[in-house]
Amino acid sequence: MLAASFLAGMIGALTGLGGGVVLVPLLTLVFKVDIHYAIGTSLVAVIATSSGAAAAYVKEGITNIRLGMFMEIATTAGALIGTMIIVYTPTNIIAVIFGAILIFSALMTLRKRNTDHIETETKSMLAERLRLNSNYPSKDGLVNYKIKHVPAGFVMMLGAGILSSLLGIGSGAFKVLAMDNVMRIPFKVSTTTSNFMIGVTAAASSILYFHRGYIDPVLTFPVVIGVFAGAMLGARILIGSGVKILRIVFSIVITFVAAEMIYKGLKGT
Amino acid sequence: MNTEPKKYRLDWDIQQLIGNMLRFGVWLSAGIAGIGGIIYLLAHGLEKAPVYKVYAGEPAVFRSISAVIKGALVFNSSSIMQLGVLLLIATPIARVLFSFFAFLMEKDYLYVFITFIVLSILVFSMTGGIGV
Repeated sequence: MLAASFLAGMIGALTGLGGGVVLVPLLTLVFKVDIHYAIGTSLVAVIATSSGAAAAYVKEGITNIRLGMFMEIATTAGALIGTMIIVYTPTNIIAVIFGAILIFSALMTLRKRNTDHIETETKSMLAERLRLNSNYPSKDGLVNYKIKHVPAGFVMMLGAGILSSLLGIGSGAFKVLAMDNVMRIPFKVSTTTSNFMIGVTAAASSILYFHRGYIDPVLTFPVVIGVFAGAMLGARILIGSGVKILRIVFSIVITFVAAEMIYKGLKGT
Repeated sequence: MNTEPKKYRLDWDIQQLIGNMLRFGVWLSAGIAGIGGIIYLLAHGLEKAPVYKVYAGEPAVFRSISAVIKGALVFNSSSIMQLGVLLLIATPIARVLFSFFAFLMEKDYLYVFITFIVLSILVFSMTGGIGV
C-alpha cells in the first residue's frame, strides 16, 4: 500500500491533478477500502502535500496571501457544507460525482494554458478594497496584476470547498479554474495560491472526519508517507522536460478509472 | 529590498515565517507518526494487515484529541501515529492563527476580520461542526 500511495502521489504531482484525485479511486477500487475511510485518509494526505509545496511557494513570494485568506472563507465554509452533505449521500452517488470530477480534472490538465493574460486595468472595486491586486517576482522583475470578478470567484470557491470535503480531494483543478478563467489571475499565482488554500480547506473537514471516526491511524500513516514522498519526487521530475506526453497518457488512464467509478456507482455496487 | 516601504518588508518576513512554519509542521508530524509506525511494525509487523472494506467508524480512542494524546503518552503505537496525523491537520490551522496576529501587527484590520471568520469556521468544525 505504501508503494501504491507513492505512485499515486507521483502521478498526482506529474499530472497536476493532486494526490487525492488519484488516491481515492486507488483505495476504493484496488484496495477495496470503504469510501469514508478513503476520503478521510486522502484529506490528510492532501494536507501533507499541499503544506509541503505551499511552504516553498510562499517563501518565494508568488502566493497571494490576502487573496488566499479571503477565499478561504468560501472554501472552509464549503468544506463544512460538504461534511453535512456526505452523511445524506449514498456511497454510489459519491462515486458517480467523483468520476465526473475526475474526468473534468483530467480535461483541465490537458487544456492550453494562457500565461499572458495579465490584467493591469480593471475597475473591480471589491478587489481594490480588499487589496487583492498584487504582484509576483519573475525573471524580469515584479509583475503587477489585477483581479476581476471577485464575487463569482468566491461562489466557485464555495463549490470547490464542498467538493473537497465530499470527495476527499484538494479540488485544485476547480480552484485554478475559478482563479484563472474567472478572476483572470496569472497562472503562476493561481496555482500556488490554490495550493495555499487547499491545506486549510482540507483541515476544516478532516478534523471533523477525525471526530466522526473516518481516519484510521494504521491506514492513514503509510498512505500519507507514500503520497508525500511520491509527490516530492513527482515535483522534482516535473522540472525536467518530456512531461507533456506523460500527462496525456495519465489523463487517458484516469478517464478510464473515472468511467469505471461511474459505472460501478450507477450499477449500485 | 531596503528601498521598499516598511509594510512590504513586513509582508516579506511574514511570508518567510509562514513558509518555515508549514515546513516544520509537516516534518514534525511525519517524525512523530514515523516513531509510532516503527513501534507498530515491531509489535504487529507479522500479523495480517487489517481490512477496511466495511466502514465501522474508529473506536473512541482515535476520535477525540484528548484520548489520542493520552494513548500516545503511554506509548500506544496507533495513538502516536494518530497524534502525528492530528499535528498535520493542525499545521494549516496554526498558519491561519499566525496570519491573524501578523495582520494585527500590520494593523490591517480588514484582514484581521477576514482571518477571524476563517478561524471561527475552523473552531466550529473542531468542536464537532453541525451535529449529525
